[in-house]
Amino acid sequence: MKFGIVTFPGSNCDYDAYHAVVDALGEEAVYLWHKDHDLRGADLVVLPGGFSYGDYLRAGAIARFSPIMREVIAHAERGGPVLAICNGFQIACEAGLLPGALLRNASLCFICEPVRLRVENTDTMFTNQYRRGQILRIPIAHGEGRFTADPDVLDRLEGEGQVVFRYVNEAGAATAEANPNGSERNIAGIVSPRGNVMGMMPHPERAVDALLGSTDGLPLFESILARVSA
Amino acid sequence: MTPYRVAVHILPRRGILDPQGKAVADALHALSFGDVRDVRVGRHIVVETSAPDEASAERTVRDMCERLLANPVTEDFSIASVEAL
Repeated sequence: MKFGIVTFPGSNCDYDAYHAVVDALGEEAVYLWHKDHDLRGADLVVLPGGFSYGDYLRAGAIARFSPIMREVIAHAERGGPVLAICNGFQIACEAGLLPGALLRNASLCFICEPVRLRVENTDTMFTNQYRRGQILRIPIAHGEGRFTADPDVLDRLEGEGQVVFRYVNEAGAATAEANPNGSERNIAGIVSPRGNVMGMMPHPERAVDALLGSTDGLPLFESILARVSA
Repeated sequence: MTPYRVAVHILPRRGILDPQGKAVADALHALSFGDVRDVRVGRHIVVETSAPDEASAERTVRDMCERLLANPVTEDFSIASVEAL
């Protein structure tokens, strides 16, 4: 399977995503420059973390107008998979690929630390190798990760099983204390209505090596493969 | 076409937590501005553009706000001023 990893000016997790795909997963990956007009045969597009366009105006607001995003949006509309991590999640929301928006952390602090996530839905192409209710340890690193949407949008996300990951404590409870950024309903990751676009603030690509403290991100990549080869 | 300078206010929508506004309000309280009830921190954007008339300059900048300058999910905008240059 071929992963296309988009590099915007200011992306800084594109190499981590490449490492996760090529070294940890053993699949093929190509970098897609933001000015490119084609996806170079990628089956899946990764919108990686970073600070595209310096987060000017709003995080992701300028990147969504990059030439490559026209292709990414068309790919998503055809049902093609898109994995949007951190700044990628912000870009996907700005581009309308996912509902809601990501605002300044409630604490106003940039937070870089491992967090606990509970897997809420395993019936997605990104989570089928996890157990429902499984608690993952995956790092976050963001200043603008407070997921926000209108209450009716949040209810729809919950009702349709589009909430995939939630911030929880050690006991697996989604408490206010376990919510690092003030996200509505402790939401850490969601999928689009068709399930082919996934956005998450935590970094699964930084949790694929035991050496770096966690391999809990690896099953996410394995899920994509499992679904494609199924 | 006439050059215009159009100013836009963009504020976090009411009901959405604005931690910056809250931090500023807390600081104002600490400075004894005890009457402060609420502060919201937003953006002020000034666009210089050309348009046939004032109404169309304003319409164009509204369109810019809807498509880029403001996020309709979380922010409200208003045109603060339109002046011919």
